[in-house]
Amino acid sequence: MNMNRRAFLKTTGAGLITSVFPLSLVKIAFGGQGPAQDFSFGYISDAHIQQIQGNNFVRNWDMGLIRAVREANLLTPRPDFFMFGGDLAQLGKKEELDHGLEIMSSLRGKVRYVIGEHDYYLDLGEYWQSKIGPLWYSFDHKGVHFVTLNSILTYDSWVNKKWPSPMDRMLAMARLDNPQGSPFMVGREQLTWLKTDLEKVNRSTPVVVFSHSPIQKIFKPWNFWTEDAERVQGLLKPFEKATVIYGHVHQIEYNQIGNITFHAVMATAWPWPYPESYSQKASCMPKLTVHMNRADPFFERDATGWQFIDMRKGKVSMHYQLPDNKNRSVVFNSKIGKPQDVNYQGYGSRIPPQTHY
Amino acid sequence: MRKNRKLHGVSLVILMASVLLAISFSLQAGDFTQEDLERWDKEFMTVVMKGDKLFHSALGTNKVSCDQCHPNAANTHPETYPKFQQQIGRVVSLFEMVNWCIQNPLEGDPLPADDPKMAALLSYMTYERRGVPLAPGKH
Repeated sequence: MNMNRRAFLKTTGAGLITSVFPLSLVKIAFGGQGPAQDFSFGYISDAHIQQIQGNNFVRNWDMGLIRAVREANLLTPRPDFFMFGGDLAQLGKKEELDHGLEIMSSLRGKVRYVIGEHDYYLDLGEYWQSKIGPLWYSFDHKGVHFVTLNSILTYDSWVNKKWPSPMDRMLAMARLDNPQGSPFMVGREQLTWLKTDLEKVNRSTPVVVFSHSPIQKIFKPWNFWTEDAERVQGLLKPFEKATVIYGHVHQIEYNQIGNITFHAVMATAWPWPYPESYSQKASCMPKLTVHMNRADPFFERDATGWQFIDMRKGKVSMHYQLPDNKNRSVVFNSKIGKPQDVNYQGYGSRIPPQTHY
Repeated sequence: MRKNRKLHGVSLVILMASVLLAISFSLQAGDFTQEDLERWDKEFMTVVMKGDKLFHSALGTNKVSCDQCHPNAANTHPETYPKFQQQIGRVVSLFEMVNWCIQNPLEGDPLPADDPKMAALLSYMTYERRGVPLAPGKH
């Protein structure tokens, strides 16, 4: 058999997909009923590319993003587009953003970006806007209205404190457990914009919001929190189908508040503990969430990952791609009106690593 | 004269004995004061604060710090040590896991078990987990 290079790549690619991603072989052939058509997109988040010095970057975080991009490139059929969920850089440096974008440039397909606090607080998004684009925007795709928010803004009094240098401000916000931190928010200007943007959208059109912080209040000390979450939720309330997809928390997390479904995405860099693992302060974790497996630090990529998302009839099916761990799927159950884990939702079906303490 | 000298000698011995007795009484465990308690707590909290600083700084060679993965030292579980670590193949104390993290994600050199820095790190991690019942061996 005379096999040319392209045919060889195709065959080996297919072999890899069968062995690594059984999920991605699910043919995306949906009903296409109603105005919203069914399609899929990919989601990569929280790469935290960290410069050591010069061209030297933290290998571990580089490898997380490189692996996600490589795996996402094997998806067949190709997703319609990709989202990056924020925190491309660790300390908002040009070098870190450039290096992160270089790795992301090998991702095949259209990529859109959400800004995270690690990308923002050095120069307040200046370099990001010059290289990537606006910090908030909306777009329509196959009958779904998508909105990207910059949800990591905070009080002006904190931003404009007399910091010794912009890097001091960046470091203060980069430290998750900083008692002198400041809560995330969307802010008045963006809320006004969002109100106007959504006014044009038919109430039966599915709406998906991308944000970096959760647009719900889970744990303030680590900013698993958005100060004006209720205001955004209020604007989403009139819609029949609304979903929020957020990064920042580096863990599997899902919730249902009224008509709004919430999904967190994994980080490619490292996992974070669930707030209840910090015994000194109370938290409000969504009861619906079946926790991710506890991270085994001996496997460098354990409890990290990326996502493959189906939009079916305007609702999200979240497929977590988890290296060194079994993949998970959290799918909207229209009978009960909530997202559910396909394998582990019932208390009897959970496994010991999902107990965090 | 001689008798007098003898008496002097005896009183000196008695004096020395009573001084020693007084010292030993003041060192008795049951005799510490509120000031002692406050001082010991202050000493401990000074080391906790030192550990807090170390936990939030680059201890290895790649600028990565402990808190990047463990905010408030969460998920370090000092209450579960010593415990069996499958990947190490034996029961380990917490300092060995701290060193594992310094050597691997932080790409640094391990600290001696009795290094004051190690004592500070362990103090901070345990303090952030205060009030949680001991559960040695738990996974």
